[in-house]
Amino acid sequence: MRIEQYEKAFLGVGAAMLVVFLVALAYTSISMGVHLPGRAGEIDPAQVRSIPPFDEPGVRELGPGRYEAVIVAQAWGFQPNEIRVPAGSEVTFIAATVDVIHGLYVEGTRVNMMLIPGQVSRNTYRFDEAGEHLLACHEYCGIGHHVMSGKVVVE
Amino acid sequence: MSAIVASPEGFDIPPDDRRLIRWTVYIGYFALFAGVAHGFAQAMSYAGIDILRFFPFLQGYYQGLTAHGVANALFFTFAFSNGFLPLLTSRALARRLHSGLLHGTLWTLVAANILVIFAVTTNRASVLYTSYAPLQAHWTYYLGLVLLVVSSYVAAAHLIVLLVGWKKEHRGERIPLLAFICVATYAMWILASLGVAVSFIGFLLPWSLGILERTDPLLNRTLFWFTGHAIVYVWLLPAYISWYALVPRQVGGKIVSDPLTRVVFVMFLLLSVPTGFHHQYTDPGIGTRMKAFHALLTFGVFYPSLATAFSVVASLEIGGRARGGRGVLGWIKRLPWGDPSVSAQLLAMFTFVFGGITGLINASYTMNQVVHNTAWIPGHFHMTVGSAVALTLMGVAYWLIPYLTGRKLWGRRVAVAQAWIYAVGVLIFARGMISGGLDGMPRRTFLAAAAYHKDSWALAGALTGIGGTLMTLGALLFFVVIVMTIWTGRRGEGPTDIPFAEALLPPTTSGWDTKLDRLGWWFVAAVVLVAIAYGPFFLQYLPPHLVSPGYRFF
Repeated sequence: MRIEQYEKAFLGVGAAMLVVFLVALAYTSISMGVHLPGRAGEIDPAQVRSIPPFDEPGVRELGPGRYEAVIVAQAWGFQPNEIRVPAGSEVTFIAATVDVIHGLYVEGTRVNMMLIPGQVSRNTYRFDEAGEHLLACHEYCGIGHHVMSGKVVVE
Repeated sequence: MSAIVASPEGFDIPPDDRRLIRWTVYIGYFALFAGVAHGFAQAMSYAGIDILRFFPFLQGYYQGLTAHGVANALFFTFAFSNGFLPLLTSRALARRLHSGLLHGTLWTLVAANILVIFAVTTNRASVLYTSYAPLQAHWTYYLGLVLLVVSSYVAAAHLIVLLVGWKKEHRGERIPLLAFICVATYAMWILASLGVAVSFIGFLLPWSLGILERTDPLLNRTLFWFTGHAIVYVWLLPAYISWYALVPRQVGGKIVSDPLTRVVFVMFLLLSVPTGFHHQYTDPGIGTRMKAFHALLTFGVFYPSLATAFSVVASLEIGGRARGGRGVLGWIKRLPWGDPSVSAQLLAMFTFVFGGITGLINASYTMNQVVHNTAWIPGHFHMTVGSAVALTLMGVAYWLIPYLTGRKLWGRRVAVAQAWIYAVGVLIFARGMISGGLDGMPRRTFLAAAAYHKDSWALAGALTGIGGTLMTLGALLFFVVIVMTIWTGRRGEGPTDIPFAEALLPPTTSGWDTKLDRLGWWFVAAVVLVAIAYGPFFLQYLPPHLVSPGYRFF
């Protein structure tokens, strides 16, 4: 019956398409260094502000063109809420929350992490072009959620 | 040619049973109504217009967002399915429903509603439907949601009782297809619900009562998404059941293949649950290898939907050609678009094409970082649960409510217009949300009052507002049609049977496909897959990290 042949062809092409997508994803992750946040340590949310590096939130230069941005999130603000780095620098964001779940999202980039009480969030991104990015909490964290924001300035 | 029910010639559902089912699904449609008002307010907020202050109650944005999610995603879907699936299974097996179980489903649902409505309307539970700890709701909210799950368990038990009873009297016979796909759906749900059951009963409820001082936010979140991805298939599969088994009859077509339909539902049973980490790609505390494995399985669970796209469209084409359609696409025009039940569901299928594609993008591992928690996500799921499901269930209502009440559908043309308005609305809305999300617009945010704004969001926000307005209008017209049908529809002119189709390729009695009926085996296989997909995480992570007291930031 023709309908069965069409069906086999459709399902075959569909399977091949999914495999191609998966290979592309594996390529970006392995060869291009695009990574997801993973396990980056645990932390007692009540003690965040006294445990390094969160006892001194801010931007630090680690080496030529390499920076570390340590951020503490608390309803409803980030500390620091302004991050300045030169264009072309690779920035490792390290963040933790002291109260509820927050999000850390740098608009226009793939810096997109959940901040979950008890966990340290960490991911690295390279800012190639100068410009200003909105830094926003993008997970609901209470009545003032929509004011929890800041900016990343690439100079 | 083979009918997909045990007694094609007819099986009557007694009036008392119909009444109980009717009230169960009414609760669902009422929940849809209750949630729509706030959906409108949120769409307007994306357009930069705050209409909440004109609301008589539920004036808080996040309180309303909680109401919208809980009412539309949880109560609407489950109340409908808890009534609809026992009805279909009873009809498919030609077995009487048990009124005790129907009462059990209905009254736990009523109790769940009372508790959750109390908690949400008094602003004791503005935690959004995902209920992420350590935002802490009042215990009535958690207990209400537990009772909603209990109601679905009673319905699931009902399906199993019907199937086991039928099997005893029909040894060696194939399970009628319509019953098989209903039971497979709720079998999957029983496995999927384990996550929220443990999270709510083991942690959130005792924590909200003060019995447990602290909870584990990452564990609660992980348990939520253990259930949370599969739950979207629990919303979707009742729509698939209609598309596979009922719509072909309504358009004069046939189910393409009985065995392939069973394969699709078995795949959903196997693959729906071990995919939850793709909602947690950007979470800390979960290894990237586990996330990659879930990405692979999520691509796997896309496959039965691909098969569905082929089968359902083929069954429509059979109908369109039987009605005189010619040419490659000419059959589409010949489908009975004047039947609101059909047009609503055809439009629902169309929106789902885009829902499916955007869903695959969400599942795409590292690419997820571009869209996670942006307005893209609600843009996506309003084309799945918000239209593929919602619009299908509206379409089903156009025969189901007349069937259950015995009254003729009121306002057929209004009903057809309603479906178009809603479908066009959801596509405009989603276009706005999706483009806004790609441009950095966050989801779950009261943008009309936010501390930040981008000028380039203006078009995205406006489209969201316009689309949302059309969706609201479409939904309101749906309620007008249903309420008028219930009140003024002509008595004794409702359909007398469920519109079930026949299968072009019937099941065999000795072939490979007989193995598909061993739902018990497939369930065990699904449990094994879940253990492989979640076991390593739990072994590494447990015992629970009880670090968070409750916060009431609302």
